[in-house]
Amino acid sequence: MIAVGALLHVKQLSRSPFEIAIALFVPVVQATLAVYLFRAGGEPDRLLEAAVGAGLMGVWSTVLFGSGGAIQNQRWQGTLEMIMLAPRSPALVLLPVTLATGITGTYAMLATLAWGRLLYGIPLDFAHPVAFPVAVAGCIAGLGMFGLLLASGFVLLRHANALANMLEYPIWLVSGMLVPVTALPGWTGPVAAVLPTTWGARAVHEAASGGPVWPALAVCLAISLACLAAGWALMTYVERRARVTATLALA
Amino acid sequence: MRTAGPTHRFPAMGEHAIEAVGLHRSYRSRTGWLRPQRREVHAVAGVDLAVGHGELFGLLGPNGAGKTTTIKLLNTLLVPTGGEARICGFDVVRQTREVRRRIGYVFGGDRGLYDRLSARDNLRYFAELYGVPGREQKRRIAELFELVRLTGRQDDRVEGYSRGMRQRLHIARGLLHRPRVLFLDEPSIGVDPVAARELRQTVADLAATGTTVLLTTHYMAEADELCGRIAVIAGGRIQALGTPAELRHHADGRRVLEVEAYGVTDGQVAAIRARPGVREVSLAVHGAAQVLGVQSDAGVDVQANVLRELGGVRLGRVTARQPTLEDAYVAIVNRAAEPAAVAGRMPA
Ligand SMILES: Nc1ncnc2c1ncn2[C@@H]1O[C@H](COP(=O)(O)OP(=O)(O)OP(=O)(O)O)[C@@H](O)[C@H]1O
Ligand SMILES: [Mg+2]
Repeated sequence: MIAVGALLHVKQLSRSPFEIAIALFVPVVQATLAVYLFRAGGEPDRLLEAAVGAGLMGVWSTVLFGSGGAIQNQRWQGTLEMIMLAPRSPALVLLPVTLATGITGTYAMLATLAWGRLLYGIPLDFAHPVAFPVAVAGCIAGLGMFGLLLASGFVLLRHANALANMLEYPIWLVSGMLVPVTALPGWTGPVAAVLPTTWGARAVHEAASGGPVWPALAVCLAISLACLAAGWALMTYVERRARVTATLALA
Repeated sequence: MRTAGPTHRFPAMGEHAIEAVGLHRSYRSRTGWLRPQRREVHAVAGVDLAVGHGELFGLLGPNGAGKTTTIKLLNTLLVPTGGEARICGFDVVRQTREVRRRIGYVFGGDRGLYDRLSARDNLRYFAELYGVPGREQKRRIAELFELVRLTGRQDDRVEGYSRGMRQRLHIARGLLHRPRVLFLDEPSIGVDPVAARELRQTVADLAATGTTVLLTTHYMAEADELCGRIAVIAGGRIQALGTPAELRHHADGRRVLEVEAYGVTDGQVAAIRARPGVREVSLAVHGAAQVLGVQSDAGVDVQANVLRELGGVRLGRVTARQPTLEDAYVAIVNRAAEPAAVAGRMPA
């Protein structure tokens, strides 16, 4: 059910002209941004790392805008009520939606790498060519589960988009997708350590530029599973709240 | 069929497909940003219902009467602020999943579908959500496309569908898991007369095979033709309940005068309303003409008075007839509006 659901949601998402435009445009901007940032920093040898970081940013923003946007869209379409009406746990109903956005996020990552190669000639020689796709897949699964936790907030709040905007930049900064975590002020350390994105980003970075991939990936998945559990519980509560406050429909 | 207050005990489990006792739902809304003002709307204010298995039950009422809210309370989308309800013996608040397995929900309009997916993909997705077993899915979906006459178009994207086609797809979706109870909220809105007739046939067939149907509509003829019993709801309360024939009695002892006219003013309508013996006056527009409907006590001949008030207005055909279900409905709703307008300001 999760697989079919995720597949159909990807289908629905990928046919939106707006999403297509965003998906084409954003990775180019991000690849460019990454390249110039690192060139300015005088570290041209870390270009691949920069491109991967930018790619992860793409994944992250798709998941965030995705879970927020998809749920808001479903509210507009009137499908949110219909899917919440299914005799299923509400978390199970929404997981395919957040996973689908994670999957379209993969595309953002690959597109950023491809543009980096095409426009700036960044060589794509990965330190762990086998571990890289696994790390990406793990990272996306993690983001999907994390997205579920966020999505529970989106069901409750009518102004879901504002929340997505608010969260995007702090989280990708803190989780070190582009800037190494060590370069941020000390207080961000503990925050970063509990975000699955930090570990996912680290796993992907290490797969690209060398380093122990598996521990970081394991931590990422472990935290994500915790997010899934928390999201599950929160979603059950949130669904109940939404039925009390009548926020499932737009009316 | 009114039952006692909230202390009333339910009959044996499963005796009714839909039961509601003292159902109440209010919405809180805030208006204003700087100085928020709380407003509370009592959308449903004490509804008692008992619908038997296989019954086709109609819910009629003016805009904002609380029909949709009642349906959403019964189908678990909203939690009541008072009273309780059961579907097939399962409580809508505590046994949500059991209820959801047994119900289908179809609403009018063109929302509620995935536009960029094909009709088949839409049904496939909901079949998954409802846990229709993989082996059965294909057969069931084909069967439903046949039932709602969409065979041949099932692989087209829904965004290219007409209103009526979407409506039919909605119904197919609502039936995927063979629900025991079907909620239809204005299913015929925006559907052309021929398609509406087919839709009525589909609904009647479903009821004939034992599905309980709760239907809301603004078309009297539809309710008259389909429903075994009808509840008229206004101001969040049931104002009248019975078979269409029983409801017609609310207009007993009345006569209806219909006058085709061109250019009747509001002042003239008010003057006619004030005439002795006149009970209800309505003014509808049919193309270029207006149709003035005057309900009066059967013993009083108001025709002369009405025509005098309309002096100077160009008139068409004038007919006197027996009241219909629609006239009875108008009488019930107007009667409800008068005391409710006063009582509404003093929440119970
Ligand atoms: N989500 C909501 N928040 C606040 N008020 C609401 C909400 N939904 C409905 N209402 C109010 O509750 C009342 C009943 O609305 P409801 O939709 O149940 O009417 P209805 O009988 O279905 O009307 P219609 O014939 O127009 O569909 C109305 O006064 C409406 O403004
Ligand atoms: Mg309604």
